Amino acid sequence: MSETLQSLKEIVGERGVSNRPEELWFYSRDPGVLDPHLPDYVVAPKTTEEIQKIVQLANREKIPIVPMGNGMALTGLVIPLKGGIVMDMKRMSRIIEVNEMARYAVVEGGTSQGVLAAYLQDHHPRLRHSLPDAPPTTTIAANVSLHGQGRLTQQYGFNSDMVTGMEVVLPTGEVCKIGSPSLGPYWFSKGPTLPDLSGLFLGWLGATGIITKVGLKLFPNKKFRDAELFVTDRVNLVPDILYKLTHLEMLEDINVWFQPKPYIFKDNYHITIYFTGDTEEEVEFKRRMIWDCLQEFMDSKDAGFMNTQYMKEMLLEMPQRGIAAFADVPRGGGFEYSGPITIIEHYPQYAANVIRLAEKYDLLYASAARLISGGHSMMFSISFAFNRADPAMMKRVKDALDEATAFVLEMGGVPWKPNYVEQRMTMEKMDPVSRNLLQMVKKNLDPNGIMNPGNWEVN
Amino acid sequence: MEYVRSIEHGDIVHRCFRCGYCKFPLDYVDFNCPSYKAFGWDTYAPGGRMWLARAWLSGEIESSQTLAKVFFSCVSCDNCKDQCVFERFREYLPDIFREVKAELVSEGVVPPEVRDYFKAIITNGNPYKLPREERGTWAEGTGLKEFRNQEYLFYVGCVGSYDEIGRKMARSVGTLLSQAGVSMGILGSEETCDGNEVRILGEVGLFEELARINIETFKERGITRIITLDPHALNAFKREYPKQGAAIEVFHYTEMLAKLIREGKIALAEYPATVTYHDPCYLGRHNGIYDAPRDILRAVPGLELVELRRNRQFAFCCGGGGGNFFTDILGTGEDSASRVRVREALQTGASVIAVACPTCAKMLDDAVKIEGMDDRLEVLSIAEIVSRAQVR
Amino acid sequence: MYALNVSEKVCATCPSADCLLKCQYMSFGSKREAHEEMMKVMRGEESRVLHDCVTCYACEEYCKRGNHPFYLISERREEKGIYSAPRPITNQWINMTRMQGKQMVGKVEDTALSCCFIPDLLGLGSGELFRDVSPAAVLGAEFMCPAVHTHFAKMSVIKERLPIVIENLKNLGVQEVVCLHDECYGTYTSIAPAYGMDVPFKPVYYMDFLLDRLKDLEEKITPLNITVAYQRPCSNRLIPDKHRLVREIFDRIGVDMPDREYQDENALCCAELFRPISGYRLADDVQKRNIDDMLAAGAEYCVFNCPACQSVLSEKVSKKGLKPVHIIDLCKMAIGEMGREVQ
Repeated sequence: MSETLQSLKEIVGERGVSNRPEELWFYSRDPGVLDPHLPDYVVAPKTTEEIQKIVQLANREKIPIVPMGNGMALTGLVIPLKGGIVMDMKRMSRIIEVNEMARYAVVEGGTSQGVLAAYLQDHHPRLRHSLPDAPPTTTIAANVSLHGQGRLTQQYGFNSDMVTGMEVVLPTGEVCKIGSPSLGPYWFSKGPTLPDLSGLFLGWLGATGIITKVGLKLFPNKKFRDAELFVTDRVNLVPDILYKLTHLEMLEDINVWFQPKPYIFKDNYHITIYFTGDTEEEVEFKRRMIWDCLQEFMDSKDAGFMNTQYMKEMLLEMPQRGIAAFADVPRGGGFEYSGPITIIEHYPQYAANVIRLAEKYDLLYASAARLISGGHSMMFSISFAFNRADPAMMKRVKDALDEATAFVLEMGGVPWKPNYVEQRMTMEKMDPVSRNLLQMVKKNLDPNGIMNPGNWEVN
Repeated sequence: MEYVRSIEHGDIVHRCFRCGYCKFPLDYVDFNCPSYKAFGWDTYAPGGRMWLARAWLSGEIESSQTLAKVFFSCVSCDNCKDQCVFERFREYLPDIFREVKAELVSEGVVPPEVRDYFKAIITNGNPYKLPREERGTWAEGTGLKEFRNQEYLFYVGCVGSYDEIGRKMARSVGTLLSQAGVSMGILGSEETCDGNEVRILGEVGLFEELARINIETFKERGITRIITLDPHALNAFKREYPKQGAAIEVFHYTEMLAKLIREGKIALAEYPATVTYHDPCYLGRHNGIYDAPRDILRAVPGLELVELRRNRQFAFCCGGGGGNFFTDILGTGEDSASRVRVREALQTGASVIAVACPTCAKMLDDAVKIEGMDDRLEVLSIAEIVSRAQVR
Repeated sequence: MYALNVSEKVCATCPSADCLLKCQYMSFGSKREAHEEMMKVMRGEESRVLHDCVTCYACEEYCKRGNHPFYLISERREEKGIYSAPRPITNQWINMTRMQGKQMVGKVEDTALSCCFIPDLLGLGSGELFRDVSPAAVLGAEFMCPAVHTHFAKMSVIKERLPIVIENLKNLGVQEVVCLHDECYGTYTSIAPAYGMDVPFKPVYYMDFLLDRLKDLEEKITPLNITVAYQRPCSNRLIPDKHRLVREIFDRIGVDMPDREYQDENALCCAELFRPISGYRLADDVQKRNIDDMLAAGAEYCVFNCPACQSVLSEKVSKKGLKPVHIIDLCKMAIGEMGREVQ
C-alpha cells in the first residue's frame, strides 16, 4: 500500500478512501461528452477537519484535489484532468441551522438540493430556497460555486448571490470563514459590508478551495403557485414580451424554451411564467396582470396563452423531472448543454444559432432560458442529446458546444460553467488585465496548483 | 459500443444518465437506496451499478470481489425502479442487476457470504445450515396440522422456520388464523426454500430447481391456495412460480387477517399503543399491498397508527432484502438501513414498530438493540399485536 | 377539393336571422342589422362578425335552415387570413393533432368504439355499459375528428384530414362507429355532409347507445336520487336533435335536472377557448355565470358530456361545492359499477 493511501486511510478511515478500479473508473468521468481521466484516489470525508488534513497532505505531496458534488454540471468540472484525488463531498450532508427570522440556512458542503427542500417543507414550511432544475442529488455548495440558478433566480439573482456566508478550506489547508461568520455566529452576509471575499471562491469551479459550509438565503414559501404559458412564433417579439413581464415585478420565474418535438411545441417559443401568492385572490390578481400586460401581442394575434391543463403538474414540479429525461430521447443516456449568460435582447440571435448548430451537427436539440434578476440578463441554454453508445455523436455534441461558446464570446456573452477548453477560450477573449488578476488570485491562493488543476489556468 | 460480455438487457445499460433520482424517494427527504446510504460511494447507488455494468460489459473493468460486492449489496428494494425518471427502461433496472449477478455467479466471482448462502441451501434446504428435520418444529404446541387437503397451505419459509423471531411470528400467525377458522395445513419438514433470494442473487439454476421441487410438492399434495408468512415467498410464488408452471393462488397473511377482522371473526379489545408500520418491500413496493396491514392496525381499539416519514411505496427498506439478511454485506454501521429505519421510527413518537415480514422483524429488532432503543421501541409483528388485542 | 355547401339564397330569404340575433356574445340592434351582417359574411365581405365571433358553435343550432352559419364564418375567416385565436396557438393545435402512426386499434370487427384522440374516453368507454364494444376501441390522431379546428378557423385542415380519418375507419372494415364524443358524431353527421364527404359507416351517438344499454340493464339500476346541472358542450350544437337524450338518460337513472337560465338553446359553453380568442374577462364571466346558475338551480352535481369541458371546469365547480362527473360515470354509478365519490 502506498504511503499516500495509508495517510488517507488514517484521515478518513477505511470506508472513506478507495483506489479500487471500480471507484477510480466511476469517478474519472461525468455524464457529459468530455473524455475521462483516472484519479489516483477517491475520498469521501465527513468533516472539515478531515478535509483540512487531506489538503495539507496534498500540498506536501503535490497531489491534485478535485472536489465533487454529484457531477451533474456535465462540463467535465469533476474530471481529474491531472489525476490525484477526487473528493466526493456528499457524505458531508448535515443541515446545520435554519434561522427562520433571518431566513437563512447553513448546510454542509455536500448537502443535496433535494434534502434541503424536503427539510424545509417538513420543518419550516414558510420558507423555500432557490431550487434548480438539476437532479435533486446535486449539492448546494457545488451549485453556488459555479453560479448556478434556480426557481428564484428571476427574482433574486444567481444562486451564488443568495450565499450568506461560507466556510472554506483554502488550497493551503487553512479553514477560512467568509462573510459575517468570520465575525460571529450569524450567517447573514457573504461579504457586504466588508470586502467581499466570497468572490475568491464563487465561480472558481473548485479551483481555489473547498466549500465545507455554505449559508443560503431562504425566501417566503407562498401557499399557492401557478403558471401560465405564453406562446409566440415570432422570436423577435420575445425580448419585448420579457421586458413587459419583468416590469410587473411580481413573478417568481420566467423560462423561455423551444424544441422541435413533440409536435405540440413545433415552431413556437414558449414562455412559462410562474407566480405565487398566499391567497387565491393574490394569484388571480397576478394572473390578470400577466394577461393584461401582454394584451397587445394577443390583439395582434402574434402570441397567446396556451391551455396548460394537462401540463400543469409537470410545469409546477420542482425540480422538473422531465428535464433529465431529455437524455433518453436518442435512447442513449446523455445530454449536455451550454448555458451562457447574455442580455435578453440577444435572444433571437441565440435561438437562431441553436437551430443552425443542430442542423450543422445533425443533433437533437432543446433550448431553455431563464431570466436573471428581473431581466438584467438571462441564462440561455443550448442542449444537445446524445447516445452514449455512439462516440461519433458525442464528438459532434462536443464540437457543437465549443462552437456555441465561440458564438457566445463573439456576442459579448459570458459562458456559464465552461469546460476547460471553453475556459481557455474565455480567458483568451478576456481583457488582459482582468486575466492577470484571475491568475494572481489563483496563484496566491493555490501556490502549488493542487486545486482542480486544468481549470481557470491562465497558462 | 463493443461489449465483451452479454446480459439479456445489455442494450439498456448505456442509457442511464446517473442523475441520481434513483437514490431518493419522491420527495427527496433522505437517500432511499440502502447500499448507497451504507457505503456512501456513488458506485453503490443504482446509477453507479448501471455505469459499472457498462464498464464491465465492455471490458473496461474486470470481474472482481469489489464489483461483486457492489452488485450483491443491492437489497432489491425496487426504489430505483419506481423513482428513475426514464420511463422507457426503468422497469428493467432490477433485471439488469440480477443478470450481472447471474454472470458473476457463473464466473464464480461472488462474495464468500453469498457462496456460503448458496451452499447451505443446496445442502440443507435452508441458509441456516440447520437440519431439514427441524424445519417444522416451530409449530409444536400450536395445534397446526400437516397439510392434507385443507383449503390453504400455510407456507412459513426459512426465516419463519429457523429464526427465533421468525418462528415466534409463524406461531402467532398460524395460531391466529387457525383459531379464526381458516382451514390450513403446513408442510413442516417437507417444506423447501421458496428461492426468492436465490433468484435475486443470480443463482438461476438453483432457483429453478427449488421451484421445480416446490411446484411438484404442490401438485402432488393438491395445494392450490397458499398463505405465506413471508412477503419474499409471496413474491416468489405469485410472480415467479407461474413462469415455472405453477397454478396457485397466493395470499399474504395480512390479507387473510384483514378479511377475518372485517368479517368479525376475530374480536378485538383495547390495545392502547402508538404504533408505526414499516412497509416490507416485498409486500409493498413489489406487490402493492399497503392497506391490508393498516386496516388491521386501525381496527384495533385504542391503537393509534402513525405513519413513518417514508411510507408505502416510498418506504425505506430494512436492508434485509437481496439476500442481505443472510450475507450481511451492508453491515451494521450507523448508516445501515435497519438502524436508519428505527431512528426514523422513533421520531414518529411510536412505541411499537409493526412489521409484516420476518426478515424486517429480525433486522429492525437487532437495530433497536444496537441503537440502544429497546426501552423505547418494540418491534412486533402485526399478528402479535392482534394476538395481544384479541378478546379471549 | 371539398367545398362548403351553403346557399346564399337560403340566407337571403331567411325570415329570422336567428343565427346572429340569438348570439350570446354579439349584439345586434335589429333583425335587419343581424341579417345584413350575415349576408356580408355570405358574400365574402368584411364584417365585424368575422372578428368578434367567439366560436361557441351555437349558431349552427340557431339556424333552422341548415345553412351552417358557423362553418361559413370559419371559412370566410380563413379566406381572409383572419385568426380567431392567436396564430401560434392555432398552429399548435394543428401540429398537436397531426397523424404520426401512433394509433391504438383494439379488436375491431363490425363496430368500432371511437375514442378520438382523447385518452380519457378509453376509461369512460369501459365497464358493463360498453362491454360489447370496449375491446374494439380505437384511439389516435388517425381517428381524430378534426372538428376542433373550426374554433381556429382552419377549415382547410378539416378538409385535408377528415377524408383520411374516414378512410382509416373504413379500412378497419366497420359498419358502425360508436362516437363517445359529440364532436366526433357531429363531424360525421354535420360537418362531413356539409362538405359533401361520404361517410361509409353508420355513426352511432354514444347517448343512444347508453340508453339502449340502460334498458338492457334495467334491473341493475338503482335510482341515484340526486339533483344535477348539465354542462352542454359546444359540439352538441352540431347535433341539437340529440340534446333531448340527456333528459331521457337522467329519467332512467333517477336524476333530477331542474330548469335553469342557461340551458338548452341558452346554454353556456365551458368558455375555455374564449381565453385565447377573446381574453380572460369573457371566459371568466361566462364560467362564473354558468356555475352560479348551476348553484342557483340547487344542483349537487355538475354533469359533463365532454372530457374537455370536464377538465377545464371540474376544479372550478368543485370549489363551489358541486361534484363534477361525466354522464357515463353517472350511469355507471346507477348500475352499481362505481361509487358515488367523485374526484
